[in-house]
Amino acid sequence: MTPLLAQELVDWSWVASHLDDVQSRTAEHLVLTVVPLVVGFAIAFPLALAARRWEPLYGPMLAFSGVLFTIPSLALFALMIPVTGLSRLTALIPLTMYTLLLLVRNTVEGLRGVPTDVREAALAMGYSRRRLLREVELPLALPVIVAGLRITAVTTIGLVTVTALIGQGGFGQFFLDGFIRRFSTPIMVGLVLSVALAVVFDLGLLAVQWAMTPWQRGR
Amino acid sequence: MISFERVTKRFPGGTVAVDDLTLDVPEGEVVVLVGPSGCGKTTTMRMVNRMTEPTSGTITVDGRDVMAQDPATLRRRVGYVIQQVGLFPHRTIAQNVATVPQLLGWDDRRTTARVRELMELVGLPEGVADRYPHQLSGGQRQRVGVARALAADPPVMLMDEPFGAVDPIVRGRLQEEFLRLQREVRKTIIFVTHDIDEAILMGDRIAIFSQGGVLEQYAAPRELLADPANDFVIEFLGSERGLKRLALIKVSEVHAEPGPVVNPNAGRTVARDVALAFGTDYVVVVDDGRLRGWVSLHEIDDGQTVADAPLRRFALQVSAEDSLRAALNAMITSRTGVTVRVSSGDRYQGILTQDVIAKEIM
Amino acid sequence: MDAIVDLVRFLTDPQNWRGTAGVPARTLEHLGYVLAASGLAALIALPTGLLLGHTRRYEILVTQITNAGRAIPTLGILILAFTFFGIRPLPVILALTAMAIPPILVNTYVGVQAVDPEVVDAARGVGMTGLQVLARVEVPVATPLIMAGVRTSVVQVVATATLAAVISLGGLGRFIIDGLQQDVLARVLAGAVLVATLAVLMEWGFAGLQRVLTPRGLRTEASVRDLQGPSGV
Repeated sequence: MTPLLAQELVDWSWVASHLDDVQSRTAEHLVLTVVPLVVGFAIAFPLALAARRWEPLYGPMLAFSGVLFTIPSLALFALMIPVTGLSRLTALIPLTMYTLLLLVRNTVEGLRGVPTDVREAALAMGYSRRRLLREVELPLALPVIVAGLRITAVTTIGLVTVTALIGQGGFGQFFLDGFIRRFSTPIMVGLVLSVALAVVFDLGLLAVQWAMTPWQRGR
Repeated sequence: MISFERVTKRFPGGTVAVDDLTLDVPEGEVVVLVGPSGCGKTTTMRMVNRMTEPTSGTITVDGRDVMAQDPATLRRRVGYVIQQVGLFPHRTIAQNVATVPQLLGWDDRRTTARVRELMELVGLPEGVADRYPHQLSGGQRQRVGVARALAADPPVMLMDEPFGAVDPIVRGRLQEEFLRLQREVRKTIIFVTHDIDEAILMGDRIAIFSQGGVLEQYAAPRELLADPANDFVIEFLGSERGLKRLALIKVSEVHAEPGPVVNPNAGRTVARDVALAFGTDYVVVVDDGRLRGWVSLHEIDDGQTVADAPLRRFALQVSAEDSLRAALNAMITSRTGVTVRVSSGDRYQGILTQDVIAKEIM
Repeated sequence: MDAIVDLVRFLTDPQNWRGTAGVPARTLEHLGYVLAASGLAALIALPTGLLLGHTRRYEILVTQITNAGRAIPTLGILILAFTFFGIRPLPVILALTAMAIPPILVNTYVGVQAVDPEVVDAARGVGMTGLQVLARVEVPVATPLIMAGVRTSVVQVVATATLAAVISLGGLGRFIIDGLQQDVLARVLAGAVLVATLAVLMEWGFAGLQRVLTPRGLRTEASVRDLQGPSGV
C-alpha cells in the first residue's frame, strides 16, 4: 500500500482552522437542498392532485421521470450549461426537476393508498370533495407523503455534492479540496457533514410526521 | 318513504345490475334486499343516496327525487353502514361518531351529548370514546359504525351486510341488539344481505332478487315462506323452509292443550284414568299450579302415589314468547314427545303436541 | 444554437472516434467498470438478499444499508479511494461495487419476502425443503423485483462510473470532466449525451431482459419503479 495509509484519517488542526469554510459550505449546501425541496413540493402538490384523477397527465409524467432518473445526474447538470452557464440555476433546475417528479409520484401514491372503504364512508356521510381531501385523504396520506419527502431530501443532499463539479458549492467542495491536495481530512469532513445533514433532515421530517399523526402512535 | 319507480342501472360494459325495479319501502319498516352475488341488491341500495346513479327511472325519498338534490346534502340525511365499516383511522371513536353532526354544524355541547347518548344506545362502554379504531374489536367497530350512522338522527338508513365481518356469535348478538334498537327508533331501513336467514330475522319485508337485477318476490317473511312465488324463490329459501316458518310463529299463537295433569297425591288408578283420557302412558305432575315434571305409568307401583314414583324432568320447556321451532326442538328431546309451556316461576300453561305444530305448516 | 452545432461537429469528427481517448474506447472502459462493479455487487448481494429474504430476518439491517447508500455521496467515496490508493482501478471498482450493492440487496430481500406467505406455506406443506421453496417458488415469484433491482443497480453504476473520471479514470465521464477543465463546452455536452444514451439503452435492455425472465403468469407491470430514484448520488 502507499505510504498515505500511515497518515491519520483526519487532521483535526486542519478542521479547526477551516471552520468558516465549514460554515459557508453548509449554508450553500442547505440552500441547494432546501430550495429544490420547497419549490419542488410547491409545484408537485397541485400537480399531484390533478394527476391522480387524470391518467393522461400522470402516465406521461411517470414515463418522463423514468427516463430522467436514468440519466446520470452529472450529465443532466452538464446539459444545462448551454442554457444557464455555470451559475446556481444550472444546479437548481435539475435538482428541482428531480424533487418535483419524486414528490408528484409519491403524493399520488399516498393519496391512492387511502383505504377505499374509508373514502366511501366519508362520501356517503355527505363530505364534499374538498372537505374529503382536506379532512380525510390528506391526513391519511400524510405518512406516505412525509416518507417520500424524507427520501427526496436525503437523495437531494447527495446530489448536491455533484454540483461542486460544475462550480457550485456545498460539501462537494471539500471533496475537491481533498482531491487536489491528496489529503483525506477534507474528504472525511465532507462525508461526515453530508451524512449528518441527511440524518438531520430525515429525523426532523420523521418528527414532523410523528407530530401530525397521533393515531399512529398506539401501534 | 322510499320509492323506486321503474329504476334501471346499466353499467358501461353492458351489464344490467338493476332491471326495471318498482318497489316501495314504507316508513318505519326494515326492508331487506336479498339474493345471490350479482343480483344488484347493493347497487339498488346505493342509488338511494346517489353513491351510484340510475340509468333510468326515479327514486324518491320522502317524496323528493334524489337526483334533484345536492348529493352531499342528501347524504347527510341518510345513514350509511357498510360491512368494512370504514371508520376514520385518524380520528377517535367519539370524533368518528360526531362526523355528520359536525358536517351539519351542530354546536359542541349538542354534539358531545349526542355522542354519549349514542354510545350508550349501541352498547359501547364510555372509555372507548377516546380510543382509535384500530384499538377496537370487530364487533365494537361495527357498533361504532351504526352509532355514526345514527348520529344526526336520519330518517333513512342504508345498511350493506353490516354484520358480515364478524363471527357468528357476535353477529347474533349484534342482530338482536339492532332489532331492539329498531323497535325504539323506528327508522326506515334498507338492509342488504346474501343470507336468507338474516333476512327472515331482520326484515319486516323481504325483496328477493335474482341475477341481473330482477325482483322475484317482495313480501313479508311469513308470506314469503308460506307462498313462494316461483322455483327460484323456493330454492333460495332453502330446504328447511318448514322449520324457518316455524321460527316465525310464537308459542302464544297456538293452542296449548291442558294435557294429562295430576297432582302429586294422585293414586295409581287416577293417574291411569287421566292418562287414558289423553291417550298417553305418562302423566304431568303439577303441584299447586307449578310444574314438577312427569311420571311414567309403568313406574307407579301398586298402592303408591304419583309422588312416590321416579319424577322425571322436562329438559327443555317453552314459554309464550318462544318460537314453534324452539318448541319442536324441545319436543324432540323429551321421551314424552311433547313439550310443556310454562310462564315465569314454572307456572304450568299446558302442553304442545306435534299435531298442533304440523297444523301450522299446512 | 451554437452549442448544438459544436456538439454535432464534435460527434461527427472522426478524430474523436479513434484511439484510446475516442468514443468507442471510452465506452468500452465505461462498460468495463459497469460490468465489473455490477457483477461483483450481484455476486455479493443476490445470495445475501435471497438468504435474508427467505429467512425473513434482519430487515432493519437491510433498511439501514439502503439509507446509508442513499446518504453517502459517491463522489466523496471515490475521491477518498483515490487519496489512499492512487489511480488504481481496483479500489475504485470496489467503491463502485459498494454503491451498487444496496439496490440489488433491497430489491432481492423485499422481493423474496413479499411472496405470499400462504404460497410458501403451501409449498412447505407439499414437502419442499427450505432450499427448494426458495429456488422453485420464492425466486420465480420475486424475479420481477430482483431484476428491477439489478437494473437499478446497473443504471446507478453507469452514473457513478461517470464520476470516476474525476479521479482520472476512464469512461465516458472523461469527456465531461476534461471538457469542464479545458472549458470546451462541446466536449462536455458530448460526454453528457453519450453517457445519457448509454444509461437509457442499458435501462431498456434490462427491462427487456426482465420481461423475458419473468414467469409468464406474473407478467404485469409491477409497481417496481417505486424503488428507483435519480442516478448518480
